[in-house]
Amino acid sequence: MFDFLEGYDLLGAFWVTVKLAVFSGIGSLVLGTILAAMRVSPVPLMRGFATVYVNVVRNIPLTVIIVFASLGLADVFGITLGAADDFDALSFRLAILGLTAYTAAFVCEAIRSGINTVPVGQAEAARAIGLNFTQVLSLIVLPQAFRSVIGPLTNVLIALTKNTTVAAAIGVAEAALLMKEMIENESQLILISAIFAFGFVVLTLPTGLILGWVGKRVAVKR
Amino acid sequence: MTSVLYDAPGPGAKRRNIVYSVLFLIVLALGVWWIYSAMSDKGQLEWAKWSPFTESQAWTTYLLPGLVNTLKAAGLALVIALPLGALFGIARLSDHRWVRVPAGVVVEFFRAIPVLILMVFANQLYAEYTDISTDMRPLYAVVTGLVLYNASVLAEVVRAGILSLPKGQTEAAKAIGLRKGQTMRTILLPQSVTAMLPALVSQLVVIVKDTALGGALLSFTELLSARKTLAANYGNVIPSFIVVAVIFILLNLLLTTFASWLEKRLRRAKRSTGAVLTGATMDDLGATGTPAGLGPMSKTDRANGDAGGGGG
Repeated sequence: MFDFLEGYDLLGAFWVTVKLAVFSGIGSLVLGTILAAMRVSPVPLMRGFATVYVNVVRNIPLTVIIVFASLGLADVFGITLGAADDFDALSFRLAILGLTAYTAAFVCEAIRSGINTVPVGQAEAARAIGLNFTQVLSLIVLPQAFRSVIGPLTNVLIALTKNTTVAAAIGVAEAALLMKEMIENESQLILISAIFAFGFVVLTLPTGLILGWVGKRVAVKR
Repeated sequence: MTSVLYDAPGPGAKRRNIVYSVLFLIVLALGVWWIYSAMSDKGQLEWAKWSPFTESQAWTTYLLPGLVNTLKAAGLALVIALPLGALFGIARLSDHRWVRVPAGVVVEFFRAIPVLILMVFANQLYAEYTDISTDMRPLYAVVTGLVLYNASVLAEVVRAGILSLPKGQTEAAKAIGLRKGQTMRTILLPQSVTAMLPALVSQLVVIVKDTALGGALLSFTELLSARKTLAANYGNVIPSFIVVAVIFILLNLLLTTFASWLEKRLRRAKRSTGAVLTGATMDDLGATGTPAGLGPMSKTDRANGDAGGGGG
């Protein structure tokens, strides 16, 4: 029944999916935190920039961003990201770039809403003992904010895992592209689809359960 | 403006803020200049590449038909997904285990799978088992994929909307002797529909964005693939991307603005129960489908739906 699987690197494709999710997850967490810090900073220009970034990027389809990374950044501007000769590596890196830029906007909004859950009194107390903005943010507010947004961030991470399939649009050899290839070549539509659906359920459901448990454990009780 | 992080600035802080502003402005200007010089190096700022957008032909031949297809797919998906979602949302709240559990499994299953996978599956399904013409198949596939995913998301919206109503509503309905179906139909559903309207409009943004998947992978002639033929014709890759992105941004900003206007209006309305579901409320719905409480997240800021659902 599963004979036809032999010619395909199923695990390899899902491994690419996982790598895409992990790398762009880390990237968007870093970029999103920076954006969130800018959105709450006392400098109006930084606030404005981060607000515009979030509202613009959030409203462009991820597909447009990733296709632009390939056709615009790589083909027209000749950006190679250190992988000039290797087409596969280049598409992989461009996909991570696009996913990071897109997901960071959602990470930023999640963290910002977490910052708003910290009681004003805490920051007032921190200022009263002489901490400055950076110290208040990094010592008092962000640690609490992160602990309270693990739930929303988990949702962002799960959405990111599912969004990695969009990388198929620029030829990254991940799960969705392999599925498209397989169902076009083999007459096993239902079985193949079930395998890929199962693969994504395996990737996303445990993430939600484990991080949901972690989120409950570390949440600041108020 | 004072916030949790800083006081109203004094003279020292004001001076410091100006220094930071200037520094940031310099960085920003450098970035803009870098993009500008890269664009002009590659000849992307030439008038010939932009002039097509000032003429009607580029719009009537490529962009408007693409936009119409995008809106058609999004509209169809919403119209079909909404009743389906309501059905599953109510089924998940059923008193009968044999209704509640299968509905839950279906909803969680389709929420866990990327929209693209659903679209690719539907496309092949229609190719093998139906005689839908090749022209229409991409539209059918895109709408099917969007419906399957968004119906399950909307099921959660409906469920959260019904759960957000005060318990007294059901109790009062029981007290005057309404049956379960009547309570749902005449008391709970109408109220939850108002509560979930803003979340619904926000979900429409996700649907609009996800239609672009069909353009990239299923040869559905929406805005993104209209851009491709346009750029092939006029040789203006970068300008065409910018114009298409701007169309998407304006369209979605319109929807989000409408959603938050609706939300404010509904919160103000005297006769409502005061429960309003927003995109942020829906973020509270864990991936495992715990019921949405109107937690601190919903009161603070809109995080605006999930991160593009399962697609783009």
